[in-house]
Amino acid sequence: MKVLVPVKRVIDYNVKIRVKGDNTGVETANVKMSMNPFDEISVEEAIRMKEAGTVEEIIVVSMGVQQCQETIRTALAMGADRGIHVKSDEDLEPLAVAKLLKAIVDKEAPELVILGKQAIDDDSNQTGQMLGALLGWSQGTFASKIELDGTTAKITREVDSGLETIEVDLPTIVTVDLRLNEPRYASLPNIMKAKKKPIDEVSPADLGVDTAPRLQTLKVEEPPVRQAGVMVDSVAALVDKLKNEARVI
Amino acid sequence: MAILVIAEHDNTAIQASTLNTVTAASELSGHGAGDVVLLVAGSGCAPAADAAAKIAGVSNVLLADGPPQDNALAENLADLVVGLAGDYSHILAPASTYGKNFLPRVAALLDVQQISEISAVVDSETFVRPIYAGNAMATVKSADATKVITVRTTTFDPASAEGGSGAVEPVDAGSDSGQARFIERTESGGERPELTTARVIISGGRGMGSGENFDLIEPIADKLGAAMGASRAAVDAGYVPNDWQVGQTGKVVAPELYVAIGISGAIQHLAGMKDSKVIVAINKDEEAPIFQVADYGLVADLFKALPELDAELAKIL
Ligand SMILES: Cc1cc2nc3c(=O)[nH]c(=O)nc-3n(C[C@H](O)[C@H](O)[C@H](O)COP(=O)(O)OP(=O)(O)OC[C@H]3O[C@@H](n4cnc5c(N)ncnc54)[C@H](O)[C@@H]3O)c2cc1C
Ligand SMILES: Nc1ncnc2c1ncn2[C@@H]1O[C@H](COP(=O)(O)O)[C@@H](O)[C@H]1O
Repeated sequence: MKVLVPVKRVIDYNVKIRVKGDNTGVETANVKMSMNPFDEISVEEAIRMKEAGTVEEIIVVSMGVQQCQETIRTALAMGADRGIHVKSDEDLEPLAVAKLLKAIVDKEAPELVILGKQAIDDDSNQTGQMLGALLGWSQGTFASKIELDGTTAKITREVDSGLETIEVDLPTIVTVDLRLNEPRYASLPNIMKAKKKPIDEVSPADLGVDTAPRLQTLKVEEPPVRQAGVMVDSVAALVDKLKNEARVI
Repeated sequence: MAILVIAEHDNTAIQASTLNTVTAASELSGHGAGDVVLLVAGSGCAPAADAAAKIAGVSNVLLADGPPQDNALAENLADLVVGLAGDYSHILAPASTYGKNFLPRVAALLDVQQISEISAVVDSETFVRPIYAGNAMATVKSADATKVITVRTTTFDPASAEGGSGAVEPVDAGSDSGQARFIERTESGGERPELTTARVIISGGRGMGSGENFDLIEPIADKLGAAMGASRAAVDAGYVPNDWQVGQTGKVVAPELYVAIGISGAIQHLAGMKDSKVIVAINKDEEAPIFQVADYGLVADLFKALPELDAELAKIL
């Protein structure tokens, strides 16, 4: 079967985020960008399925500015087969991304879409569930294990109270949690090979989707900063502070 | 038009996350939105609906009791909520794994851009939400006809579980999509308080070295009535179960006292605990970033400090 893997280009998770002086957003100029860490895990999972013989083709999709093609190349170098770049210079909200993905699913007819559970920039945690709803498909969110079995998939989910297992019919949407697998690094020969793999470029208009934002960002601010407190020199001093100063024990 | 809050519950009792979400809804009422209506969807969930009707600030409760709503399968629950949505200006659920699982489906079916994990209500269409793991706060205004919202529970006080006198009104429990089946749930559970509602939390990180070493924390947690948590590194190493994880991708907590032991303080961990009232850090590396947010820091080897801490607490508790 065919698998579709959406990958988002985000500020690298190690970068210290700085809010812009005019409070319109966060600083992105000269900041290191990478593939959303959850999406690396989706790509890895799809490759493992291909290696296991259950998947024939892996298509990666990234939506946004021209440089998203670098993110697609990274996925191709890991082992995906081809890429689709939905080019847009506007900020795309999860609803718009889900609609664009639906248009691509309608065309490509994959049986499985694997997404990250959340993008670490907007922290929305919506796109996969929205896509499932728009397609009328089942979903398995926050997956730490995916077992494909012919026409169904068994999915272990990380939930607040522990782990939950569900079975869903294919086609389905899965969103992945961090413990699903450990993504590989691309080898040099594979990076070279990836340069020859095809990337199609389309626009939201080509896909017939209106991506006008529904949310207006009025301002972006620094969170309240926490003042560093005091260092204590012994456990006894710590207990004394907690009891007599902070009064929390 | 009224506000619909989807209650998180276990068929018998209402989860604390619902109480925080009701407070956010009540703030919306204060800004001119309508009454707060609670939906209790489940199978055999009438006791939870009775409990829901007693929550202060709730005007009435819709009870959708039937097999399709068993175990909160997202496909069935979303369809049920979409069917009810016409009467409401706002639809809210807690930003727990329960709410995050189904609410985006509701939003998509209503053609609405969901507003995730709000931490403050500015007015009936404007909200504050953390982005970039809480390293920035965005104020956003929604142009959608229905506002579909998940609520960060730690930033809203719980509504009182008593004092309300809402009526319980049964509604159709909807149908089963037939596309998904619940198999099992393994809860790590135990005797300790729940992480998200505990007054005191003691978390261990990679510095703990092994799962067995968490035994050093146990007697201290017992004495303080604390919940136990962990960094992602400690969970990934298999020291403790996944539902102990605190952080950007784990649980967001804000107890009165948070004690971080052998945790370096990566931004993804801080995202889940920096709103705690008092933070204590014990780490052998004085440069560890956790000390930058700690009210009280102790540079020490945890294998020495933990038994000492237990002994000191034994003296006063
Ligand atoms: C997308 C993404 C999401 C993430 N989400 C989360 C999340 O939700 N929660 C989370 O916690 N992490 C998360 N992480 C991981 C995070 O970046 C860090 O890797 C993790 O928090 C580190 O855990 P740690 O502090 O236990 O380990 P380390 O960073 O290895 O720190 C261990 C600390 O223990 C100290 N230590 C060691 N031995 C002793 C001793 N004997 N006595 C005292 N101190 C000692 C060391 O000095 C060190 O500071 C995420 C990462 C990514 C990429
Ligand atoms: N612009 C985008 N391009 C490709 N995939 C995306 C994009 N935005 C979101 N996604 C996918 O949706 C997941 C969840 O994102 P979000 O709902 O924004 O938290 C991500 O992990 C990606 O798999």
